[in-house]
Amino acid sequence: MKGGQMDLFGGKPEEPISAWKSEEGRRMATSKVGGKRKKGRRASAESMAKAQREISVSEFFTKNRHLLGFDSPRKALLTGIKEAVDNSLDACEEAGILPEIHVEIRQIPKHENRFTMIVEDNGPGILKTQIPNIFGKLLYGSKFHRLRQSRGQQGIGISAAGMYGQLTTGSPIRILSRTSPRKKALSFKVRIDTTRNRPEFKEVECDWEKAHGTRVEIDMEAEFRRGVRSVDEYLKQTAVANPHVKIHYRDPSGKETIYERGTDQLPSETKEIKPHPHGVELGLLIKMLADSKERTLSSFLQQEFSRVGGTVARKICEGARLSTRANPKRIARQEADALHKSIQKTRIMAPPTNCIAPIGEETLLAGLRKEIKADFYIAATRPPAVYRGNPFLVEAALAFGREGDTMEVTEEGKIRSRKKAKAADTELLGNADEPIRLVRFANRVPLQYQQGACAITKSVIGVNWRSYGLQQPKGALPIGAMVLIVHIASVWVPFTSESKEAIASYPEIIKEIKLAVQECGRKLGTHIRKGKRIEREYQKRSYIEKYLPHIGIGLQEILEIPDRERDADVAILQEILEKSRKF
Amino acid sequence: MAVKKKKITRQRARKLTPLDRTTLKCIEDEARRIHETIQKKKKPEIVFPVRSLKNVTYDRRSGYFKLGRGRKRRDLTVNSVKAFAQMLRMMAASMELIRTDDTATKREAYYNSKNWGDAKFKEQTESDTVMDDIEAMFSLHKVSREQLRFKPAEHGGSVTGKLIIIDHDIETGAKEEIDCTRMGSSAWRIPARVEHLDFKTDADFVLAIETNGMYERLASHKFWRTHNCILVEMGGVPTRSCRRFLRILSDKKKIPVYAFVDCDPYGIANIYRSLKVGSGNAAHINTFFCVPNARFLGVTPQDIVDYGLREKDAVHPLKEVDIKRAKDALKNDPFFQTHKAWKKALEQLLRMGVRAEQQAFAAFDLNFVIREYLPAKLKKPGSFLP
Repeated sequence: MKGGQMDLFGGKPEEPISAWKSEEGRRMATSKVGGKRKKGRRASAESMAKAQREISVSEFFTKNRHLLGFDSPRKALLTGIKEAVDNSLDACEEAGILPEIHVEIRQIPKHENRFTMIVEDNGPGILKTQIPNIFGKLLYGSKFHRLRQSRGQQGIGISAAGMYGQLTTGSPIRILSRTSPRKKALSFKVRIDTTRNRPEFKEVECDWEKAHGTRVEIDMEAEFRRGVRSVDEYLKQTAVANPHVKIHYRDPSGKETIYERGTDQLPSETKEIKPHPHGVELGLLIKMLADSKERTLSSFLQQEFSRVGGTVARKICEGARLSTRANPKRIARQEADALHKSIQKTRIMAPPTNCIAPIGEETLLAGLRKEIKADFYIAATRPPAVYRGNPFLVEAALAFGREGDTMEVTEEGKIRSRKKAKAADTELLGNADEPIRLVRFANRVPLQYQQGACAITKSVIGVNWRSYGLQQPKGALPIGAMVLIVHIASVWVPFTSESKEAIASYPEIIKEIKLAVQECGRKLGTHIRKGKRIEREYQKRSYIEKYLPHIGIGLQEILEIPDRERDADVAILQEILEKSRKF
Repeated sequence: MAVKKKKITRQRARKLTPLDRTTLKCIEDEARRIHETIQKKKKPEIVFPVRSLKNVTYDRRSGYFKLGRGRKRRDLTVNSVKAFAQMLRMMAASMELIRTDDTATKREAYYNSKNWGDAKFKEQTESDTVMDDIEAMFSLHKVSREQLRFKPAEHGGSVTGKLIIIDHDIETGAKEEIDCTRMGSSAWRIPARVEHLDFKTDADFVLAIETNGMYERLASHKFWRTHNCILVEMGGVPTRSCRRFLRILSDKKKIPVYAFVDCDPYGIANIYRSLKVGSGNAAHINTFFCVPNARFLGVTPQDIVDYGLREKDAVHPLKEVDIKRAKDALKNDPFFQTHKAWKKALEQLLRMGVRAEQQAFAAFDLNFVIREYLPAKLKKPGSFLP
């Protein structure tokens, strides 16, 4: 790298990065390189420059709202509720409050395709100063800059929902929030100035029966549907993965559904971690070097990253041929490159994993049992692993077989079919001749769209289900009455898009998903084989019972014994055969 | 479950024969044994001889295939419960037939099972198998299927010649004598059950003929009168009743049976062998269904040479199946392995690579077989193959 490749721009290679001017001083505009004006050009660099201006993030997402999950009225409603519920749950958990959430969808009178979505929580509330920014500014939030497991990541969701509502109905977002019983509640109306990505708002103090909490109301153009990928399904899945949450849900028809708690235990608190050196990219490293307050390179490495101590820091510096006492602010780009390479080469302990809170096998099972009536439940939680320096963890759980589809053995050794379950409870559970239902979660949030593009789907298809006794068409999900839940928890879940619908296929993630699913699969296989064994045994027994009377008849006809003796013979034979059979 | 015992619809006119009584006792004993086992709260089982070739030996002294000591035990299990029930029901059906002095064809027995509900047979092969099992079981007590009153729906064979058969009227049981010299242009037909028959005869021998064509020729020319014999048409491999008839006749009247069949591996290894020693896969019944007194008159491989049948172009090349059958007989069949003469004859046949039918002598003239061949052969019975 000694030759230097930046000469095109005339930059000096050894110049420290901090010496660069900021945006206002000198823009690296392309027009500088554009060259002289030529005759016959349809536009000149200068005329083009007039049209070139900054794009507000709000404007960008107004045009590209599909990126955020607002591509159809039906999906918009779901996405809006989802973002609001995610925020409520994150806030409650961070504050250590058992969440109790009210979700309501109301049709706006005289408008067939306009609905009001209302989400109300018992969370800590939001400060007066923050409300406009949180709801009226895209990319504003607490979760983007930290590495910590939470539902929200980008700070884009709820404000985007508000923006969509504003765009389609013209109404502002209405927020009611109270932070303490000693304070009055605040009622806000917030609009987004999309050109500047800034909130406009009105506020009034008011009374609210809740001691603390937040209520969000958004009017939007939407379509209410039930079934697959509906709000109903989202809430049910949320209840499965978050058994500590109580949800009250009222749909547009006024029907009320309550998802009760399965546990009073909040998920363990997650810790924020520093980035792991192996996950950092060159550009970010350069930025961190420039922003650092540390005096030496060694302390920079130790302070800004996890799992770096004195020894590791020294090794990294040696590998990059840099002094441990070099000033981070004065590290040149090429030196930073060497530093980055050295970091990759150095063996560093995997990142701490206490920053991840799994749902846990027992809680998962509780969630499943609560919402799905099935014959067999199993869950598996993998130990944490790392992709691109980010710790993550995979859990899988499954519920198999409708009640009544299988046989069971009674205490007396008789075989009978189980009691039939009520059909209403089996929404999530498909039929035995349909593909299994795959339910994906990322940081406890159900993912409902883009199933095919998701690493979870790919991994589940990649597992050989035939060895667990299920049918599986080539390149497809297995067949069976089964719900399979896969949950990925991470400080940074790699979604394929901002709408957070599918998880990117990192090899480490695929491997962990497969291992978790296989762990469940093996136990399922045992269960299925046992079920088949009992069924075979049942058939054998009914076969025996079919022919035994004829032995009695034959004996009676030959020996001319009375009916009583004949029936006694048959009864004895039945007893003998049942006792002698083991399975 | 509540199946009423069927009423006996037909009263038997005759008294039970001793053999019938043995049969009834066999059935009752077996049922009682099973009933008592059940009463003792034990799993019932049925024992019968193994019916595979491994359990078959050729007894040179008695002259037929005998069943070895191999026994099979059938426990009452899932796999056997159906057959077990069906065996008992079929035994009951058999008992009913004996009590009413009736018989049923195997096909009828199959259809009769249709009112057994779940225990009915789907195909006749199933009922035949169960029947074979019962027969094998009772063969140890010298009771055959015919005694159980089940008969095959096959042609038993025809008889003419110097023989008076003593039968009885089916309804009244009164004695009836049938003179086989006075059958007009027809013949007496061997019935399915021959055990009760008696004979009057002064014939010198019985000629058992393979084909209907040859039998017709000899019968229409009253060959039996000129040679003082009884003509029996077997029609291919002799049926059980035909074999049993020949056996009883030959045993009771102490007269030899001469087999006159085609000179090919089928005629020798299938027709004659079955007649003489019985078949390997039905060894349990060979006690009854073989004729150790039988001898092989012809056509022998040597006859092909002696009568110049090849020169007359009256032979056909051996087919591949023929060669296979002959080789198999030489290699595996204890009967042919025991008799050196047969070994030689089969080897000769294979060497020549041709076969000759009974009718081949018509190449000389139609009645050559009556005028020349048979008389010449009958002059030296000592030359007949064993």
